[in-house]
Amino acid sequence: MALLELKNITLKLDNRNILNNLSISFEKGRVHAVVGPNGAGKSTLAYTIMGLNAYRGFSGDIIFKNENINSLSIDERARKGITLGWQEPARFEGLRVRDFIAVADRKMKTEKIKEMLQKVGLDPNSYFTRSVDKTLSGGERKKLELAGILALEPDFIILDEPDSGIDIESLDRIFEIIKFLRSKGKTIVLVTHSMAVLQQADHAFLMCNGAIIDEGETKAIIPYFENKCIPCAHKNLPDPAENREEGLQ
Amino acid sequence: MSSKSKLANDLYHATGTEEDVLNDPEIAHLFIHHNKVVTSRLLPGLNVVTKELKDGIRVNITTDEGVQFKKKVHLCFGMFPEKGVQKIILKVDIKKNSSISVLAHCTFPNAVDIKHIMEAEINIGEGARYSYFERHVHGDKGGVKVFPKAKVIVEKKAVFKTEFELLKGRVGLIDIDYETICKEESVMEMNARIDGTGNDIIKIRETGHLEGRSSRGVLTSRVAVRGSAKAEIYNKITASAPYARGHVDCKEIVQDKGVASAVPIVEVNDPKAHVTHEAAIGSVDSKQLDTLMSRGLSEDEAVDLIIKGLLS
Repeated sequence: MALLELKNITLKLDNRNILNNLSISFEKGRVHAVVGPNGAGKSTLAYTIMGLNAYRGFSGDIIFKNENINSLSIDERARKGITLGWQEPARFEGLRVRDFIAVADRKMKTEKIKEMLQKVGLDPNSYFTRSVDKTLSGGERKKLELAGILALEPDFIILDEPDSGIDIESLDRIFEIIKFLRSKGKTIVLVTHSMAVLQQADHAFLMCNGAIIDEGETKAIIPYFENKCIPCAHKNLPDPAENREEGLQ
Repeated sequence: MSSKSKLANDLYHATGTEEDVLNDPEIAHLFIHHNKVVTSRLLPGLNVVTKELKDGIRVNITTDEGVQFKKKVHLCFGMFPEKGVQKIILKVDIKKNSSISVLAHCTFPNAVDIKHIMEAEINIGEGARYSYFERHVHGDKGGVKVFPKAKVIVEKKAVFKTEFELLKGRVGLIDIDYETICKEESVMEMNARIDGTGNDIIKIRETGHLEGRSSRGVLTSRVAVRGSAKAEIYNKITASAPYARGHVDCKEIVQDKGVASAVPIVEVNDPKAHVTHEAAIGSVDSKQLDTLMSRGLSEDEAVDLIIKGLLS
């Protein structure tokens, strides 16, 4: 049963189609991977599902739990059960780790926050009162983000490059968490171009030029990595909205 | 309860402090309403002399040489009437090798037209430590004009840390003017955090002169301007001695029709000195906003949390 579906999504940015009449369906309780070369539109797909402002001008339909969510803002989608783990998580000067994890539930108990930190391999005694700022590495912020997602318990989780910045020792823990979330009936989308991450998925989509060009059981998509997408002559370009101006960090 | 005791209690509650300042015998305190001392407790080694003025008070604070205070000394300056002037002429002399940490509250909860002027001269003796945290608690009418001015001398191997915080209530007008001179191997940190809304006006002018060999100083400002609030920040560090090290760091978040400017100035007059600066003014970062919203916070809640973090 599809938990979330995109139907005929076309997204144009700077007069270029970034998503090309893309249709995709994510089944409840499964781990899906979206793979493809850089610039294929993987992160754009993630941002479009999440409803980021720069990615709202699409045609087509996004259906979540049988409801069209095209017009919903990011927070409205989040409150319905969709969330996104970023490829490179933001830094927040002065925002404490404890408050970041409990951001959606200010009444969250200390024990639960500490439990989430432990689950992602961060020592609660060292991290609980630290700030989510530049003193934390990208990998540490990635783990914190995962801790926040675990605390939120959403139904639909997109993890954009979940291994990015993560050391090899911690990668297995991340994979354990993915398994744990699946065991809880969560639907997970792994946006990746990593073979190790792809192998965690039950099912995979191969993306190129803003469209799904193949899909199937993960083992059926693995040859993409072995053949490096050859002999496709298409050249994928970066998403122009990803270079939008940033404010204070 | 006498009128003085009632004023002391009211001031204490207006500050929002959690410590039992008025009853704890180990906490020294001095509470001033308009131009009168309403309560005080001194500890051995802490000397305070006050003199009532027409629209304010003169306060001389001295520590004995080598004395160390375990708990923060609490100062409170405030006024409950809607209108008036409170001028504080403060002279602080922290003697050699003594150490004192002061938490000062300034509260004007009902202000419609209040002018609060602070003129301070501070001398921190050799090897001494003086930490001064000034927290303002204003009402919601924006009727306060605050003019804190300080000249500080930090003697050899002394440490001076000050924080100015105005996060509760409307700013009104604030015009900070601090100047610090640092002698050999001394340390200076000046930090201001202000949240401006409505038509608030924020002016910060902080200057640090690193005159002594191996002296160090940091000026940090964190300001948010929302509504049609305006902020102007001039932070300057001069370094004129070998191995002096300084840094100026200013961040301002602008929302709505707020306007902000920042002028970090660094001046180095010795080839072995080193001073850096960074200034950033802008809106809330879109990635921060998107991240918090993707956890279910509304845009307004996310902006508030980001600004609270920056000002914390």
